[in-house]
Amino acid sequence: MNKTVNQKAWFLVLPVLVLVAFSAVIPLMTVVNYSVQDTFGQNVFFWNGIMWFEEMLNSERMWNALGRQVVFSAIILAIEVPLGVFVALNMPKKGFWASFCLVVMSLPLLIPWNVVGTIWQIFGRVDIGLLGYTLDAIGIDYNYTQGFFAAWTTVIVMDVWHWTSLVALLAYAGLQSIPDAYYQAAKIDQASRWAVFRYIELPKMMGVLMIAILLRFMDSFMIYTEPFVVTGGGPGNATTFLSIDLVKMALGQFDLGPAAAFSLMYFLVILAISWVFYTVMVNLDKREGR
Amino acid sequence: MAWMAWTWPTAAFFAVIAALLVIFTVLAVKFPETPRRGVLGIETTRGDRLFITLLASAFLNLAWLGFGIAPQPYALIACLVLAAGIFRFV
Repeated sequence: MNKTVNQKAWFLVLPVLVLVAFSAVIPLMTVVNYSVQDTFGQNVFFWNGIMWFEEMLNSERMWNALGRQVVFSAIILAIEVPLGVFVALNMPKKGFWASFCLVVMSLPLLIPWNVVGTIWQIFGRVDIGLLGYTLDAIGIDYNYTQGFFAAWTTVIVMDVWHWTSLVALLAYAGLQSIPDAYYQAAKIDQASRWAVFRYIELPKMMGVLMIAILLRFMDSFMIYTEPFVVTGGGPGNATTFLSIDLVKMALGQFDLGPAAAFSLMYFLVILAISWVFYTVMVNLDKREGR
Repeated sequence: MAWMAWTWPTAAFFAVIAALLVIFTVLAVKFPETPRRGVLGIETTRGDRLFITLLASAFLNLAWLGFGIAPQPYALIACLVLAAGIFRFV
């Protein structure tokens, strides 16, 4: 039977296209326009060519912020992904406790970013916070407003607390989709626990895990609210991540041009990494489809 | 449109990209192709190669500027060479 060619279904994509145009494409074009101009407000702009890009590429401040950002993302990925998989492996497979675990796990995901920030801001305070007070009482010098190490630890532990559940839930969904026959075959072969994980569970989880890593990477790479609420980027510039620094530059100092130039580079980095992840994911699917 | 602070160069930049997208869409409809596997080991169509080219060109331009290799317009020539390479081998 010959299928008739009908491309009208493309029109169904139109609303999304309009929405994305208004929420992303047009603002992005505006940022591109800002990046080649200078302004003192009043929507009056002066041509500046590629000077802002040159300035930003040679700006130690921005490279440092980018460096901190990369380190932050690397650390939280290195903690959250293995931890999430570990949690998922140890969650009950069915029954009351499975549902109970799922609900408990998803609780942190439901809390808005600024509330998470506030919770940890108070939790870590030495005078009234449970964590800060306890650590102080047992003699650990912990003060996230002054100590570099304390500030980083707080921000990282907060992110792990907030988002490990996401990785765990996705990994759990991946695990649930493995038919029992695989485990039975492994048992017949007397496969070790490690072999079952390495050759059955991990390959089957790969697809969702890639999505989890991509989501966590993008979210952590763009993190703003939580560290801003907890440390405000301090002490000094210790936890001033990219978006915090960009907001400082764009809104605090009203340097729209340099901020736009840098945010475009920031965007390119995210685009490149997301493309790599996407390509890997699509190719994983293809290999599984064969 | 005034709030978007348009300039002629940026408008031309977006016009070129829009034109490229239109051309490649028309090409894809008129001359359908099967994806092929190149040096990256992934299947790519013309559209994929265009995307890779544009992204790589952006990074090439930034590197050109950051390392101060030569005046910026020459980066465009390098980009064309890069584009030819990507369309041939990727």
